[in-house]
Amino acid sequence: MTRVRIAMPHQLRDLARVTGEVVVEVDAPVTLGGVLDALEAAHPALAGTIRDRTTGRRRPMIRIHAAGEDLSDAQPQQPMPVEVTEGREPLRLVGAIAGG
Amino acid sequence: MSGVRVLVGTRKGAFILTADGARDDWQVSGPLFGGWEIHHVAGSPVEPDRLWAAQSNGWFGQIVNRSEDAGATWEVVGNDFEPASEPGTHQFYDGSSVPWKFNRVWHLRPSATDADTLLAGVEDAALFRSTDAGDSWTEVSGLREHESGSDWMPGAGGLCLHTILPHPDDEDRILVAISAAGVFATDDAGASWTPSNRGLHSSFLPDPEPEVGHCVHKLARHPDRPDVVFMQKHWDVMRSDDEGRTWREISGDLPTDFGFAIDVHAHEPDTVYVVPILSDEQHYPPEGRLRVYRSRTGGDEWEPLTNGLPQSNCWVNVLRDAMAVDTMDPCGVYVGTTGGQVYVSPDAGDHWQPIVRDLPAVLSVEVQTLP
Repeated sequence: MTRVRIAMPHQLRDLARVTGEVVVEVDAPVTLGGVLDALEAAHPALAGTIRDRTTGRRRPMIRIHAAGEDLSDAQPQQPMPVEVTEGREPLRLVGAIAGG
Repeated sequence: MSGVRVLVGTRKGAFILTADGARDDWQVSGPLFGGWEIHHVAGSPVEPDRLWAAQSNGWFGQIVNRSEDAGATWEVVGNDFEPASEPGTHQFYDGSSVPWKFNRVWHLRPSATDADTLLAGVEDAALFRSTDAGDSWTEVSGLREHESGSDWMPGAGGLCLHTILPHPDDEDRILVAISAAGVFATDDAGASWTPSNRGLHSSFLPDPEPEVGHCVHKLARHPDRPDVVFMQKHWDVMRSDDEGRTWREISGDLPTDFGFAIDVHAHEPDTVYVVPILSDEQHYPPEGRLRVYRSRTGGDEWEPLTNGLPQSNCWVNVLRDAMAVDTMDPCGVYVGTTGGQVYVSPDAGDHWQPIVRDLPAVLSVEVQTLP
């Protein structure tokens, strides 16, 4: 299992009842979809808030960043950057600037 | 009765306002769910400390929360509003067809007899039921599947099901209202629905008196006289004496018959309240004067209620869910504004005072009269 750090906006942290970053354990290979699955499994209150429940697609006003890259349109099977899998950087879930 | 609890939904959170029966000394708690748009907060008539809140925002979508302790603590419950059948389409503003899509919960209606059952009216217009206190939701799909569904079009706020009125003696008989489709009635718990819009006239439609297509803003009725239903339509204040089957206009001497909110006095079935708004283009009161109008005759004859309400330079709106009444004696009336004020009249409208002045824009006001 690989431990992955996730940084979320405060409203998602409030829903998950956490402060600061979340750490989830993900089976190899560590993919974007696998990380989000692990996050929702650990914090069911987040189901539907990041990905559409029906389609599984990223909600329009969520952006996903990691290691200086924009992974918002990455496929679920996209491998996580080594900076994330080695724990040096978190996967960042970001609210688009137009949201709210 | 010991007091009242006012549940306020705003653009950026929920607030709970409490007072004893005098309703002149208020405690304010909130914001709850800060930053979230709270379309509605509602309490169970069976277990008054059980509350639900519908929160949404553009980033993260829809969340439903439940509290078992009058709002002190909350837990996230179900937010899976999956349609029960192929969703189909409805009209967009320009008349083109667009797919039905769940966007948010507009209105929650807890059962009067079962603390675990509640209905949710959602955008795009559909009705959902929960029988496990909000943990899960099942669509009452007969409504969305009505043969007229492809002709429904959104009002300015979206294609929303905003009013749910179960019959006080038979919860299988329900009236709902949709902007902009109109009123629909069921007497079999939602298996089948009938449009209930005869007598409505909407000049924005090519045929102004169709069976479906009217922009009904809100319905209200008194539990002791459920056949009589009052309506604030996009334009026109209306009344039905046959539980919605036919309607007649009762706008009478109102300064304008556009508006959003309508409610009925808790102890006087013929006393009705509206807040006239200048027009659908100018969502503020005529002359910059916030006036609640009261009819003691079931419509047609209206009197302005102004004592304690701002009578100059007031350009706020009162949205469809932002008026409520308590069941104290005398009846209290509550109005929330898009300027963030919540006003109370503890004497049925004769005198008003602000409970709070500076909340985010108020979307909804509900009142619980506590035992």
